Amino acid sequence: MSKNKSTGKKGSMTAARVGCYIVLIILSFLCLFFFYMLLINSSRNNFQIQQGFSVIPGKSFGVNFRNLINNGNIPVVSGIVNSLIVSALSAGLAIYFSTLTAYGIFAYDFKLKKAAFAVILLIMTMPTQISAVGFVTQMDKWGLMDSLIPLFLPSIASPVVVFFMKQYMDSTLPMEIVEAARIDGSGEFHTFNSIVLPVMKPALAVQAIFTFVAAWNNYFIPALLINDAHKKTLPILIAQLRNADFLRFDLGQVYMLINISIIPIIIIYLFLSKYIVRGVALGSVKG
Amino acid sequence: MKEQTESVRRKKGHISYAKWGYIFILPFFITFLIFQFIPLCSTIYYSFFEYFRSGLTIIGPKFIGLANYAKIFQTDLPKYFGNTLLLWFVGFVPQIIISVLLAAWFTNLRLNLKCQGFFKTVIYMPNLIMAAAFAMLFFQLFFDNGPVNASLMSMGLIKQPVRFLETVGGTRSLIALMNFLMWFGNTTILLMAAIMGIDTSLYEAAEIDGATSNQMFWRITMPLIKPIMAFVVVTSLIGGLQMFDVPQILTNGQGTPDRTSTTMVMYINNHMYSKNYGVAGAVSTILFIVCAVLCVIVYFCINDEREPRNTREKKAKKEKRRA
Repeated sequence: MSKNKSTGKKGSMTAARVGCYIVLIILSFLCLFFFYMLLINSSRNNFQIQQGFSVIPGKSFGVNFRNLINNGNIPVVSGIVNSLIVSALSAGLAIYFSTLTAYGIFAYDFKLKKAAFAVILLIMTMPTQISAVGFVTQMDKWGLMDSLIPLFLPSIASPVVVFFMKQYMDSTLPMEIVEAARIDGSGEFHTFNSIVLPVMKPALAVQAIFTFVAAWNNYFIPALLINDAHKKTLPILIAQLRNADFLRFDLGQVYMLINISIIPIIIIYLFLSKYIVRGVALGSVKG
Repeated sequence: MKEQTESVRRKKGHISYAKWGYIFILPFFITFLIFQFIPLCSTIYYSFFEYFRSGLTIIGPKFIGLANYAKIFQTDLPKYFGNTLLLWFVGFVPQIIISVLLAAWFTNLRLNLKCQGFFKTVIYMPNLIMAAAFAMLFFQLFFDNGPVNASLMSMGLIKQPVRFLETVGGTRSLIALMNFLMWFGNTTILLMAAIMGIDTSLYEAAEIDGATSNQMFWRITMPLIKPIMAFVVVTSLIGGLQMFDVPQILTNGQGTPDRTSTTMVMYINNHMYSKNYGVAGAVSTILFIVCAVLCVIVYFCINDEREPRNTREKKAKKEKRRA
């Protein structure tokens, strides 16, 4: 009787497990299917793409790539370069200054400390789109339309990154090493650059990836600021393609452009996914 | 004299480092002021003005009080606000259900699922990809003569191509599906972190008392992850209010069919393109007020999570001392 019960329990457990795996596999399939189709279609020519799906890749990957790069209507090469410049500078500025800000709040006692941190928490989830009108008119006044500067400079103030860094410092940075450095006569900036930053390396790496990706994917503000074809970033080029009469366009090139915008990020992600997934969990309220 | 006071201070161990705190946080706040706060103020300021370009002439800025607000409330604002909330809601409901389920499964020790790393990696991946490119990909796959229709027809499942982007339901479902795919992995990981933070002795005690997995989930897990659920809902709502890239690219900025997928930020964007800064400012201000309320809620969620732990520790310490 008791034996029966326990096997019954085991049986229901296996059934539950199988159910879980089925749901997980369906969801994973959904996540991967679209990217797989993207990869396949970017390797097929215009005619093959119009025939519908295929599981097997075509042979036109190189041709599509060359056609796209040499396409005079879409400045892809400068698009990639601009996107790389903006994303790299955004990431660099965001992580350095956010760590600096977090350290200022973490390590020193001053009157406005609590107020400053409260402000950072309050603006953390405020969307930047709401101030777009003021932002664009101000950039216009300063002659910064068609410039990449307003795309990366504002990331000096990245409240989410500050919050993450502060959480990380609370859990891993002992004030003792800072005090030891002070006794050794190290200046405050020197201490920050040569002692605090190295300790923060794992957090810096994770946040660098997040801010890089966010800047790489950013579409709203860049589209409002940039009209010059050679200053455009990749998301603007994609929107431009959507705007064009796509039916007369070579679909192989369309897929190739989407490919160029997505695949590099996925490759970086696959190498670092362990750290990134852990970073997402760390960045939550739980800390 | 100066040296003397300095040395006295040092002896007492009272060197004031306060100024360094201000220096270190200064770049952040200057940048914030220039690129976010002042633009926000001028956005609100412009919302009270008639200020637009017609042809090459700039009209205004002329103060017109609340006329812009009256105009948007009487015309499109309610519709677009409704669209935005609906699009968010339709994507969010399946997202939160699936995420809670997955988080519970991943953390369930009895289930002991294998390949967790693989599944987590895969479900989080869509979160990192460019929304604009993802929307373009969906458009390419789902348009009338696209491969989805071609495949369905060659399989004989349909005779006429399904016009996904010509129907209200079709467009909205595609947008919701994309938002679901992009965010459920992120939410799953957040909820997992919350569940793993729960004291395991609670589950052990429940197990001894003969509780089933279901009972443990509803009586222990759910009540204890409530705070983080609130955080997830509110931050997701803020994200939903910003929805732009996906519907903009999918419908080429038209919000087709008949502006049923036009969101608030698309509304702002349309007025920005026609250089109507007054109306765009008014829409932004409304959105700002809604988001400000939500931001305050998030602030309290975070503080609640940070504070109780400290007070709990303090209480524990006090009790120890007493003992």
